[in-house]
Amino acid sequence: MAQLVTNPETQHHGEGPKDRTMILNMGPQHPSTHGVLRLVLEVDGETVLRMMPDIGYLHTGIEKTYEAKFYQQCVTLADRMDYLAPFHNEMGFVLAVERLLGIEAPPRAQWIRVLLNELQRISSHLVWLGTHALDIGAMSVFLYCFREREDVLRLFEAIGGQRMFTDYFRVGGLALEAPLGWFKRVKKFSDTFFERVDEYEDLLTGNPIFQERTKGVAHISKEDATALGLSGPSLRGSGVDWDLRRDMPYSSYEKFQFGVPVETSGDVWARYLVRMREFRESNKIVQQALAGLPEGPIKADAPKIVLPERDKMKTQMEALIYHFKIVTEGFSVPAGEVYQAIESPRGELGFYVVSDGTAKPYRVHVRGPSLANLQGLPKMCEGRLIADVVAAIGSIDIVLGEIDR
Amino acid sequence: MPLSQYILIAVVKIAIALFVLLTACAYVVLAERKLIARMQNRWGPTRVGPFGFLQPLADGLKFILKEDLIPSHVYKPLYIAAPMLSLTLALTAIAVIPIGQSVTIGNANIPLQITDVNIALLIILGLTSVGVYGIALAGWASNSKYSLLGSLRASAQMISYELALGLSLIGVLIGAGSFSLREIVNSQAGWHWNLWYRGQFVAFFVYLMAAFAETNRVPFDLPEAETELVAGYHTEYSAMKFAMFFVAEYANMFTVACLATLLFLGGWDGPVFGPAWLMVVLPVLWFVLKVILFIFVYIWIRGTLPRFRYDQLMAFGWKFLLPLALANILITSLVIGLTA
Repeated sequence: MAQLVTNPETQHHGEGPKDRTMILNMGPQHPSTHGVLRLVLEVDGETVLRMMPDIGYLHTGIEKTYEAKFYQQCVTLADRMDYLAPFHNEMGFVLAVERLLGIEAPPRAQWIRVLLNELQRISSHLVWLGTHALDIGAMSVFLYCFREREDVLRLFEAIGGQRMFTDYFRVGGLALEAPLGWFKRVKKFSDTFFERVDEYEDLLTGNPIFQERTKGVAHISKEDATALGLSGPSLRGSGVDWDLRRDMPYSSYEKFQFGVPVETSGDVWARYLVRMREFRESNKIVQQALAGLPEGPIKADAPKIVLPERDKMKTQMEALIYHFKIVTEGFSVPAGEVYQAIESPRGELGFYVVSDGTAKPYRVHVRGPSLANLQGLPKMCEGRLIADVVAAIGSIDIVLGEIDR
Repeated sequence: MPLSQYILIAVVKIAIALFVLLTACAYVVLAERKLIARMQNRWGPTRVGPFGFLQPLADGLKFILKEDLIPSHVYKPLYIAAPMLSLTLALTAIAVIPIGQSVTIGNANIPLQITDVNIALLIILGLTSVGVYGIALAGWASNSKYSLLGSLRASAQMISYELALGLSLIGVLIGAGSFSLREIVNSQAGWHWNLWYRGQFVAFFVYLMAAFAETNRVPFDLPEAETELVAGYHTEYSAMKFAMFFVAEYANMFTVACLATLLFLGGWDGPVFGPAWLMVVLPVLWFVLKVILFIFVYIWIRGTLPRFRYDQLMAFGWKFLLPLALANILITSLVIGLTA
């Protein structure tokens, strides 16, 4: 890591002490690097002259592990990359495999997927808002956010059996029908959620200290943001109107009415506003999904790929054979390659899947939004104060599990 | 009064003041945790004793029993001296603070104050200024980057806000014509509190802000900004040494709260009635209530506001509070000069 030594150009030569700058290690154990990010800062007093993010402390090898797993087992692993948005990971992977197979989930499954994705976006943004506010010093918002997140996680637990890593989406549909009364519970949450967002805004949006800490801080221009591959709210905060849900719709998103919030100032404040408005837009999608949920099956009619119903498996010969074949040797996917991108809470989450015709993927590469967004961080922070670094990290909303994969 | 009796009374008063102050510090920590918890929709400590009332005791015990770690890279003499300096200075300030008129026990008339000095206010300001040394030395002796940054922030912040704090008091001093806290309180007797009677509400506002900064509390808690500097100047401290900084911070909170009560809120002034014993107790009660009110504001603000940034803090202190305090002095002296 040759770049980590003090930059001779920023050092003072001639008269006076030579070492004017100091290398400050922020992380991997630091309260506000959101996991195990390590930032190497070259500071002059409190001013950051250079920054170098150092990643890899949470390397899991998930991409490599995929190559040894059946396609249906891969969904479980996908959950564990971006641990704040497991449903989005599942969605990306499942859609990619479905495209390779040339099948499509039935409408009801697609709508429930959208519903869960938007609930997940809400819960992910809640973690972002809570930790971001905490980083800036507003402590109470954190606990309010986690109160609502708890409600969302309970909904996930009810439908998927787990609070976070639900493993609920399947290639060709969903694992199970939602339990009785579940949609009513979602409705109840969704009806109160607009007020809750107002509550957060009361604490932060109008607060002069919060505005001073965020306005004009960690600015990134439209051109830089595009060039560095930023996506999601971090990109829309810089004035680029780009949302995959609207511009490259998947899973019936084209049937929903929602706005794509865009701000032009490109600072922490803009990214904050974008996400705050996304809370409301996501909740609108949740309500639309609840109102227009189609009836019908939740699994595609593809017996060689989708596991049969339990009772059929117990009573019908063919169903038993398919069940046995899928569980023991997986389902083979036609040779080919596909790139499927979806809009995760952090931005463009893409799955590049290569199949060689067997039941296990030949190669899976994930285009994680956090990694690309992190690349923008030095641009945002250099020349600013240490306190701004903390605000900037919060504003790009990175998840280290997804960066290191 | 014979010398032996004099010394006895002084020792007893010091012991009581220390005990009350330290217990109050411990229970303010509990009160803060409880109140903040309720503001944030949770319970706070509930496990140790009924409603968690024995939590401070458990915390204290924990601090005493913990291993006293001294990292190998520190400069030991100053590393050990810094927390002691902080705590000693914080506790000393309470010596000149009166909490009521006086009580008569037997033939002795005992003022409710450890010592009545006629320059009490200057002593307190001096002690809080020297208190910066504790923090600055802790950061320097820790030999750690986060500690250093924390102590640099603390020193800069406390020195800047000391000015605004000192200047905000001058209006009160002009009105009272004395440095003695007892005199200042007496000059406010009969609801003539400085806060409104001499129009010192601007000074009170400046004092309030500067006091928050002096005691490193939200929204001016930059020296120990957890999310930026881990724990600031006390990053490398543990066990009792950390507890000393902790107690010092809360003792300082009490000092500024007492000072605010004495200088702006009429001290122990308030309605007094009833039998003789009640006449003695009530003023002390009013005093304590006002201090608690002030501390509650501290806690309330901690539950609400985000933190300033270093440069914003400096700008706020030098460009806003200082001119405001100066303008207040000018106007107060003009008014007093013209009406006198």
